Amino acid sequence: MLSSISGNGWALLGAALAATLAGIGSAWGVGLAGQAASGVVTEDPSKFAKVLVIQLLPGTQGIYGLLVAFVTLSQFGLLGGNAAELPVETGLMVFAACLPIAIVGMISAYHQGKTAVAAIGIVAKKPDQFGKAMLFPAMVETYAILALLISILAVTSIRV
Amino acid sequence: MSKNQYTYAVARIRALEVALFSASVIEQLMACKDEEACLRFLADKGWGGADVPLDADAILAREKEKTWETIGEMRVDMEVFDVLSYADAFHNLKAAVKEVCTGKSGGSVFYEGTAIPKEEMMRIIQEKDFAALPESMREAAAEAVDTLLHSGDGQLCDVIIDRAALEAMLEAGRRSKEEVVRDYAQSTVAVTNIKIAVRCARTGKSLEFMKRAMAPCPGLDVDRLAHAALAGESSVMDYLREEGYEEAADALKESASAFERWCDNRVIRAVQPQKYNAFSAGPLVAYVIARENEIKTVRIILTGKQNGLPDDAIRERIREMYV
Repeated sequence: MLSSISGNGWALLGAALAATLAGIGSAWGVGLAGQAASGVVTEDPSKFAKVLVIQLLPGTQGIYGLLVAFVTLSQFGLLGGNAAELPVETGLMVFAACLPIAIVGMISAYHQGKTAVAAIGIVAKKPDQFGKAMLFPAMVETYAILALLISILAVTSIRV
Repeated sequence: MSKNQYTYAVARIRALEVALFSASVIEQLMACKDEEACLRFLADKGWGGADVPLDADAILAREKEKTWETIGEMRVDMEVFDVLSYADAFHNLKAAVKEVCTGKSGGSVFYEGTAIPKEEMMRIIQEKDFAALPESMREAAAEAVDTLLHSGDGQLCDVIIDRAALEAMLEAGRRSKEEVVRDYAQSTVAVTNIKIAVRCARTGKSLEFMKRAMAPCPGLDVDRLAHAALAGESSVMDYLREEGYEEAADALKESASAFERWCDNRVIRAVQPQKYNAFSAGPLVAYVIARENEIKTVRIILTGKQNGLPDDAIRERIREMYV
């Protein structure tokens, strides 16, 4: 069955996975942090702005996945409807290039969500430590950015 | 319930922990010159409420209610809190057994808000319908009724029910998936065993009596503890030092109230690691224990001020705070 997938099909699958898996991870992470943020705001609405910023941190992986999907689709003309027929080998290369942000995006967003929950706990007790609290979930972002870089570099360096 | 489902509740508890009394707030309360000033201080801190009179019992009762109202709002599995309710539930059983068997009504104080209300508890004991009690109470209730009716020994009746309460607590700890419940149960039972040993050493109780009263628990050899108590209070202190309870021995040497304070402090220390846990029911249980400890400490201060005790005497009884 896999042998019947065309080069364009593989490229499309890679773009779809980048957007989907990274999006799932972000939904998980933002949802988890959102629960914690709601808990804090229930007792102290004045902390809304601070906990909202932390809640949004795991949302970036979804954006990175979307970005890689866009770059992939436009690189090979899949967006404008004038797509060139890609050989299967090229399609598989595009697919592989999309995997870093798809996989790392999903896992890092989930863990960033959990770290964001703990950081929201810091803000709940010590709002003046907001800057430091933000840094802990932000560290997880590093790995999503590395995966984004590799995916973008790989997708843009594949010649049609 | 998945651990992640405590995320909302734990974050809410973190926000509430800010309002818990720290040692410095307790010092401010201590600095109030009399009970009335203390009550005004508490009212300024949000204790009691608009519809609660400026009265110690009313304010403290309302604070206890507030804690359970907050926990109730979180819609979490209440089973994890069972271990905290055993002391009140078994006390009510004891009170009902005494009232029914001695025929003297109104002599005992019942706690409110327990799973089995006072009237139902009285009915169960009167009709000897022990099957209506939770499993952990049945055997002890039947034995206590039998003992009190046949021998009239109220102390033995207390020992039977108190021992059952300790065993129920340990069993709840063993069954629970929450580390905090296990730690709390073990700590409470160990501390209670030490209290029993100290009291028995002072009153010269027999080895048999002590073994009946103490519940075997991890971290404490009750057999050795009972033998130490038989030899006297200083032997209990030596045993405690050997087992790593140096602070207990020192407190015991200092005074009875210092020892009582150590007992409560040990329980609070057992739950303190929950301050750094974000994904389980642990911080919720720890918060309830912390609130109870806080209310108890405030009650000690208010009672001390009411009776004109010197500050040093009150300070000796003040418990360690959770935050």
